[in-house]
Amino acid sequence: MSEPNTRPFTAAAFNQMLSEHTLMAARCPACAALFVPPRALCPTCRQAGLAWVALSGRGRLAAFTVIYVGPSAMVAEGYTRDNPYITGIVALDEGPQISARILGLDARNPDVGWIGAALTVEYLERGAGEQRKTFLAFRAG
Amino acid sequence: MPVRKLGRGVALVGAGMSKFGAFPDKTSRDLFVEAFLELRDSVDKGFDPAAIETIFVGNFSSDLFEGQGHIAPIMADAVGLTPRPAIRVEAACASGGVALRQGVLAVASGLCDVALVGGVESMTKLPTAQVTDALGAAADALYEIPAGFTFPGFYAAMATAYMRRYGMTPEHLMHVAIKNHVNGALNPKAQFGVTIPAWMQNRIQAAVKKGRPAPTWRDQWDFLHDEAANPLIAWPLRLFDCSPITDGAACVLLVAAERARDFTDAPIYVIGAGQASDAPLHDRADLTTLPAARAAAQMAYEQAGVTAHDIRIAEVHDCFTIAEVIASEDLGIFPPGAGYKMAEDGVTARDGARPINTSGGLKSKGHPVGASGVAQAVEIFKQLRGQAGARQTPLAAPLALSHNVGATGSTCVVHIYERK
Repeated sequence: MSEPNTRPFTAAAFNQMLSEHTLMAARCPACAALFVPPRALCPTCRQAGLAWVALSGRGRLAAFTVIYVGPSAMVAEGYTRDNPYITGIVALDEGPQISARILGLDARNPDVGWIGAALTVEYLERGAGEQRKTFLAFRAG
Repeated sequence: MPVRKLGRGVALVGAGMSKFGAFPDKTSRDLFVEAFLELRDSVDKGFDPAAIETIFVGNFSSDLFEGQGHIAPIMADAVGLTPRPAIRVEAACASGGVALRQGVLAVASGLCDVALVGGVESMTKLPTAQVTDALGAAADALYEIPAGFTFPGFYAAMATAYMRRYGMTPEHLMHVAIKNHVNGALNPKAQFGVTIPAWMQNRIQAAVKKGRPAPTWRDQWDFLHDEAANPLIAWPLRLFDCSPITDGAACVLLVAAERARDFTDAPIYVIGAGQASDAPLHDRADLTTLPAARAAAQMAYEQAGVTAHDIRIAEVHDCFTIAEVIASEDLGIFPPGAGYKMAEDGVTARDGARPINTSGGLKSKGHPVGASGVAQAVEIFKQLRGQAGARQTPLAAPLALSHNVGATGSTCVVHIYERK
């Protein structure tokens, strides 16, 4: 971006930037700690005045599960016992971890050996018009 | 952070609970009254409920489950205790344990001599998908739920991290469920108070009675590996790794230690009450431990002046089988990475060296969310006084512990109890 990113450290700003297909973290100016999702206050040194930082979108799978009984929103997307989905925790290359959907792995053959797999960010568009929302996902391989 | 001691002694002198199960014709207030009446009758020397000065009610969400918010005065009124101060305490699945700690703090502070602590949840009347959504409100709605996580999913993710690091298999987790059902079969209050082999036999007989071909499971291992009988919920966790959806209530009476003998000659003293908070699961560098459980346990041990080694009976928060394994390590009962073999090796059995969940745990006894933390205290009250009937532990153990967790460990609360 050519202009400094002055957006507030809110979920709305984070989701807006997801819809722009960017994954951003908040960096503390005092202790350089990096936070995803964003925070307005650093939990380590309790300073404010954080700054947005763009992330590479690369990470590794830290933990995962294959979900057969999902919440209503996932059922509405078509996920059922016969069509399960993978959700996990991603350790981003820059350090922070985040919850996300996991793509590119065979949900029918889960394996703890997947932990450590290299992942790349992907942005899932769902819904239309005012209901449109971008969901964070990471793809293996 | 310095650990402060309890200002004065707190004693547990009465305990009661409703049966745990699915009760379409009962609401949370009906269940609360049942638990309260059993509590009233459990006080050895009798007591006038008018002596109760303050009321804490643990409850996750009557709002979502029953359309009923603000339930503390409703419970107070149901047991005839208005105008005493009454407050609902909410900490997801730790609501009961946190309510208990609030009661301990109220009595320890000197501001109150007699406190009623209850916990209640009535959650079986909604369809499962809606219950799943309501429970999801205990997670981070902004950053965990959009990823598709459910509560079985969170704990399953912890299980995959634990399996990867320590070599645990799903069969180790099945041993935890088997053990808890063995205990629950001896608990008349349990929702699923049957052993897994008995459950299996019931299923076979039901099929035969309906004229269907009898299932061909050779043993409980066949049964637990059968996708139809024990379906995957969130890999690697199956149905029998998950605590059920349950209605139920539990109540205990806390009094100032100096007045305990007015109520009973066998009071149980609460000598430690620790609590801690934490960020969501994805903010933890190590996904095989709950940092807030370790912190809450450390606080409780320091207050009590004891260590994990001194504890012989523990009621821990087995919302999922993996949660019991992780709890046993967080509490320092076993070292990290050693907990997963303990059910298989019989160490955590009722007659083992370190019994865990003699009540049957959340798995067999049931998990009415707000009640569980208080029901743990009910079990310990009975065990330490030799009143646990068929499931009485044979050890002469004066010290016990309860461990109650909210969500994935963003609230954890640990209490230590002593029979003097």
